[in-house]
Amino acid sequence: MKTNDVILQTATKVVFFIIFLFSIHIFFAGHYTPGGGFVGGLLTTGAIVLLLLAFDLKTVQKALPFNFTIVTGIGLLLALGTAAGSIFFNVPFFTHAFDDFTLPLFGTTSLHTAMIFDAGVYLVVVGAAITMIQTIGGDA
Amino acid sequence: MEFVLLIFLPIVAALFVPLLFKRLKGIHTGWFVLVVPIALFVFYLGFISTTMDGGYATSELQWIPSLGISFVSYIDGLSLLFSLLITGIGALVVLYSIFYLDKDREQLNNFYVYLLIFMSAMLGVVQSDNVISLYLFWELTSISSFLLIGYWYTRDRSRFGALKSMMITVFGGLMMLGGFVLLGIMGDTYSIRELIANSATLVEHEFFTLALILVLLGAFTKSAQFPFYIWLPDAMEAPTPVSAYLHSATMVKAGIYLVARFTPIFAVSEVWVWLVTGIGLLTLFWGSFFAVKQTDLKAILAFSTVSQLGLIMSLLGAGAVAYHADDAIFKFAAFAAIFHLINHATFKGSLFMIAGIVDHETGTRDIRKLGGLMSIMPVSFTVAFIGSMSMAGLPPFNGFLSKEMFLQSMLAIRHFELYNFATWGIIFPVVAWIASVFTFVYSFYFVFKTFAGQRKSEPLPQTPHEAPVGMLISPVLLATLVVGIFFIPNLIGKWLVKPAVMAVQPDLYNHPSEVAVHVAAWHGFDSPALWMTIAVVGVGAVLYLTMNKWQKLYDIQPQYLSLNALYDSTMMFGESGMNRLSRFYMTGLIRTYLLYMFAFIVAITTATLFIKEAFVVDMDSFSPVTLYGIMTAIILVIAVVMILLAKTRLAAIIALGAVGYSVALFFVIFKAPDLALTQLVIETVSVALFLLAFKHLPSLKNHGETTRNKLGNAVIAVGVGVTVALVALSAHSQKLIPSISQYYKDTVATEAGGGNIVNVILVDYRGFDTLFEIAVLSIAGIGVLGMIRLRLARKEGKDENK
Repeated sequence: MKTNDVILQTATKVVFFIIFLFSIHIFFAGHYTPGGGFVGGLLTTGAIVLLLLAFDLKTVQKALPFNFTIVTGIGLLLALGTAAGSIFFNVPFFTHAFDDFTLPLFGTTSLHTAMIFDAGVYLVVVGAAITMIQTIGGDA
Repeated sequence: MEFVLLIFLPIVAALFVPLLFKRLKGIHTGWFVLVVPIALFVFYLGFISTTMDGGYATSELQWIPSLGISFVSYIDGLSLLFSLLITGIGALVVLYSIFYLDKDREQLNNFYVYLLIFMSAMLGVVQSDNVISLYLFWELTSISSFLLIGYWYTRDRSRFGALKSMMITVFGGLMMLGGFVLLGIMGDTYSIRELIANSATLVEHEFFTLALILVLLGAFTKSAQFPFYIWLPDAMEAPTPVSAYLHSATMVKAGIYLVARFTPIFAVSEVWVWLVTGIGLLTLFWGSFFAVKQTDLKAILAFSTVSQLGLIMSLLGAGAVAYHADDAIFKFAAFAAIFHLINHATFKGSLFMIAGIVDHETGTRDIRKLGGLMSIMPVSFTVAFIGSMSMAGLPPFNGFLSKEMFLQSMLAIRHFELYNFATWGIIFPVVAWIASVFTFVYSFYFVFKTFAGQRKSEPLPQTPHEAPVGMLISPVLLATLVVGIFFIPNLIGKWLVKPAVMAVQPDLYNHPSEVAVHVAAWHGFDSPALWMTIAVVGVGAVLYLTMNKWQKLYDIQPQYLSLNALYDSTMMFGESGMNRLSRFYMTGLIRTYLLYMFAFIVAITTATLFIKEAFVVDMDSFSPVTLYGIMTAIILVIAVVMILLAKTRLAAIIALGAVGYSVALFFVIFKAPDLALTQLVIETVSVALFLLAFKHLPSLKNHGETTRNKLGNAVIAVGVGVTVALVALSAHSQKLIPSISQYYKDTVATEAGGGNIVNVILVDYRGFDTLFEIAVLSIAGIGVLGMIRLRLARKEGKDENK
């Protein structure tokens, strides 16, 4: 069945980016204000779900040509790698490090290895959720 | 450089194996893998100078320091010897496997990944100073050997053998863990070195004997001692390089290692001396006796390995006697044990490789079909001859030296006047002698029935010819060692054996040079061991020549009385019994399971609440109820009732969404923005998911619930609600200790450099939780993918069939 949802599709094109940027914002802000990798990932998932609702599965797959199973894998590796990386500094597994750095454009920024771990969480959430939705939806 | 990290080098290398296998099709992956053991071997050689002076090296990697658990690599004489065996034999086996396994037909990526994991695990076992990390690596050897035995997983026998070895060794491993924990409680440390230092106080503890038996169970199952040996012959389903490596040179010796390592702790116990010596000797006899019965080349070697492991074990037991009697001969036994361990690794490794070559070049391992291969495969025959003669304990091969020492030790043990050894001790030399006769017989049986005599009339599956040069390098090298060690035993003794002996009996020596053993091939005619050997040769030769006449004896034992039959019936009973048990409560209805769970929660929680008189309501500390709160609660209740009354699924889904959103509103009211945000998004995504699957769901209908059913449900529902409310009220009303949130508030900026407690807890304080959660999430995602794709694929397959 071919539907013609011009309003929904046009609005989605804009709204998708708003939600996506918001999710990125929430992800980065997470360490100080509400947010983080989990919520950020979920929001991105929500944005993609919106795309799926407005368009069909194939179009979205073409627009976002990622294999989400691999996204999940990369996320897991990132998280595990961050946790295991501490071994090379001879500190217990999962010891995080942070410090302030002066970066161009951003000025003094606090950088934290926990952020890499959180990025792993983000990717796993997006990857796993979209994998499920795509397979269940693709079954139709 | 922390050399403890080198333990993990093979595992890290394993990550690249699949890549190399896929990208570089032209080159056998084994060549890349070969680099790892060689590099490690050369590196570990450098430690010889340290351990020769009785020194040791340690390197620590912190793991859970608060519980006293860490990876500590502790290299002394004993661990160095094992590390060299693991990497040295490992290198030879990898080299051999390059020619044994075809690069186009075999799944080399799987094979080498498992092998490398195994190598890491083994290095971890022998170098760990911490019993918990030792246990971890120990089980990793079980798992990787399971994978290796089941490498040809399409064969039933492979899977059966893999499962059997896993069942038995993991059972032992778990027992051993129990022993370790007991030791940890007794000595208040998990470090083996500290336990050894405290061994005098451990003896008095009431758990001492229990811990001893548990640890021994681990060692006996791994080292295939009687009656646990039954897994080893079935493990021969693995590819031959694996058999040569795991089942002769390394993994099965982990049990030997464990006994040697824990000797200083347990040797003062009578039980230890009796068990280790007795079981070892029984295994020696049993294995050698049944080796003659086998017809498969690898099975003969498997039983011979069982028997040789028993020999080493009994020597370790005799070595433990040195703690009771100040007699040089018992110190000598420990030397003999370590020395025979090296010798066994060399000759058995080469023999397994020859068995593989024979299988590879003739297409069969059945000794009844073989014979007369001597002229066709001269190199293989020579290697097999050297290995077998060494195994039989004949000069001029290294097996002769350690076999003599073994006989001397067993002769001496009957003079030990404690724990009834003076009366019962006479059994030891007698059994040792009989077992040696059978060892002699099966060694001859193995080599001469395969290579000597006439070719059988029926043709072999393949036209036999000598193996390619590459395949012969490893066994020839090992055979050279067999001969070489015979002529320069004292050099090996000085470099490797004496430091290892000092590690086994640290209390008796201050320096390896005090181990006053000089290996000599000739002790003069007055040596009783020499006469015993001569008698072994005489009787063994007669038995070998008359084999056809007495081999029928083996048929007397009925199959159903064997240990294998016991294992099989235990497994069968376990399976059917558990099936019946689970069918009893598994109805296949999720309704029933939820009922069980909720009923248990309600019963246990409320009972505890009232028995412990924990139920208190303190109205003073309640938050004020706001108008928003009341309104949200009303919406929540209405939405819940709507779900119950919904006639269509769509309405139910929407009402469920309303419930979720109202809960999110509660989070907002109670100032938990993080939770509210997550809840809102989750609710949105899950409603969307529901709608996606909506088309496939059957329409909402009555599931045949009777009024009685519904009544029961209502009771449970109310019960759960009331329980949760009671617990929440009580928890809120009595605060025995200050809330932990204050701690987080104080430390979140200083410890973790963050501002948002929730997020910092997720990624830092409780990062492990999160790590495992996302792992679960990934597994769930892959599970959905697997189930649906699999179903689709099956459907398509059916369509094609039509």
